[in-house]
Amino acid sequence: MQPKDVYTLLQEQVDAETVFDFSEDEISKHEPFCFVKADKLRDVCQVLISNELLAFDFLLCITGVDMLNEDKLLSVYHLFSYQHRHTFVMKVSVPRDAPIIPSVASLWKTANWQEREQYDLLGIQYQGHPELKRLLLPDDWVGHPLRKDYVEEDQYRTMSTTRYSVMGMLSIYDENKPQTEGEKPHIVESKDQ
Amino acid sequence: MSDLILQYEDGNEMVINMGPQHPSTHGVIRFIIRTDGEMIHDAEPDVGYLHRSIEYIGEKCTYEGFMPYTDRVDYVCAMTANHAWASAVEALANLEVPIRGEYLRVISDELNRISSHCIALGAMAMDIGAITPFPYALREREYINDLLEELCGARLTYNYHRIGGVGWDMPQGWRDKVLHFLDRFEPIIEEFNRLITNNVIFVKRLGMMAPISAKDAINYGLVGPNLRASGVDFDVRRDMPYSVYDKFDFEVPIGQGAMGTVGDCWDRFWVRVEEWKQSVSILRQALDQIQETPQGDFWNKPKRLKPKGEAFSRIESARGDMFCYVVGDGTANAYRTRFRTGSFNAMQTIREYSKGLMVADLVALIASFDIVAPEIDR
Repeated sequence: MQPKDVYTLLQEQVDAETVFDFSEDEISKHEPFCFVKADKLRDVCQVLISNELLAFDFLLCITGVDMLNEDKLLSVYHLFSYQHRHTFVMKVSVPRDAPIIPSVASLWKTANWQEREQYDLLGIQYQGHPELKRLLLPDDWVGHPLRKDYVEEDQYRTMSTTRYSVMGMLSIYDENKPQTEGEKPHIVESKDQ
Repeated sequence: MSDLILQYEDGNEMVINMGPQHPSTHGVIRFIIRTDGEMIHDAEPDVGYLHRSIEYIGEKCTYEGFMPYTDRVDYVCAMTANHAWASAVEALANLEVPIRGEYLRVISDELNRISSHCIALGAMAMDIGAITPFPYALREREYINDLLEELCGARLTYNYHRIGGVGWDMPQGWRDKVLHFLDRFEPIIEEFNRLITNNVIFVKRLGMMAPISAKDAINYGLVGPNLRASGVDFDVRRDMPYSVYDKFDFEVPIGQGAMGTVGDCWDRFWVRVEEWKQSVSILRQALDQIQETPQGDFWNKPKRLKPKGEAFSRIESARGDMFCYVVGDGTANAYRTRFRTGSFNAMQTIREYSKGLMVADLVALIASFDIVAPEIDR
């Protein structure tokens, strides 16, 4: 089944307001995708799994994307069906200050850690997740590093997170510093000559 | 996480810490295990010790400049990680790869798959207590490392694939060396089978252990050999062919349950042994067909790489379907990169399937999934 047909079927099965904005680029041949409303995500996923024509039994990947310019956070779902061998991409867009998306961990078990990872790195709150805590970073880490406006703390548990640049100490490597006569790199002359 | 190492709780349950530096966890992984005597009630994985923020680095590098970092996604099978990134960017920028470049990619991928399975199978046997097969497998891996070193100059982190092709053509006489290695390697698979695969102690230890049904394997997102061991007949190379895999004739081994149930630990071991044979077959065909391609034409170097849009690639890595997703915003750097790897999905299944196993069998379960720690943490 082509993504366009999946989209049409979803619009019939759920409703046209929940599944919207199908975009297909004929020239670039990139994988087409559509948007799904956050609060109806679980209903849509339920259809995607249980409808025999669709049968999306494998959740390939959940990716969070920070769209800083639009003030949105995206959660991108790549789905695949082993039965029909077709792929479908859908996106859920939520505001950056309240990124709440229903969890799909009960529908696909593989979503459990992937949602935890996206929560860890982007701070998307997956509501209804059995155990939403940090996965890769330590529990007491501050901030979500893959957000575009993330600024790292100066210290983590009294350890400095930035390294003092050794290059900065050598004036020859400092491009901004105007070089004076005395600070020119010291060249050792060969004794053979 | 609590800093307690050992602690007695109500009833007979005991909390034991396993790792992070444990020889059989294949890298730095920690488990918090609740046991009743030898019986595991719960094994909670604690990962992230090897997190090097690959995805963040990908946003800060140019598309070409990120290639050496992709080696570090999976250092045991770095070629396929290279391939995944190159394919994703090529799909994003609509680039064509010369046919010779595609063949060189397949040859390097398959050689690396053999060497990765050498580690997987040798280490699995060693974790269970059979020390001998490990040096047998590593000896073969050394030959492949030598071959790949001759091809691209590195033995572990290759950085061989480029966006639009590969870095170098194969050197003079290299093809014959690979063929010579394959002639040597094929009888060794049989020797390896005699040594360990059909060994009665080994079979009794692994048969019937932690079987995973096909439905659960899909739901948990197991990929690659782990999925095929559960009886799902799917291989990205055959079913969604990328590169030039559609020009080869090969079989996809799936778990038969010959020594117990379908999808048990022994099946996961056996599927990888069979994949060795298929890789050898693919390599022979590829080395045969590459002679018909024009020499020297292996890299369409893109002049201006500032793609816009989004694309993904799926590559059959040694640990299964590697997914790479890239979003471009029209600059020289990617806006978002994402790697979803086989070990990541396999790791989260361990908690479910370790329940009711013996403590010593947890090691066998981890090894049977062929988990590589940096692939989980990236």
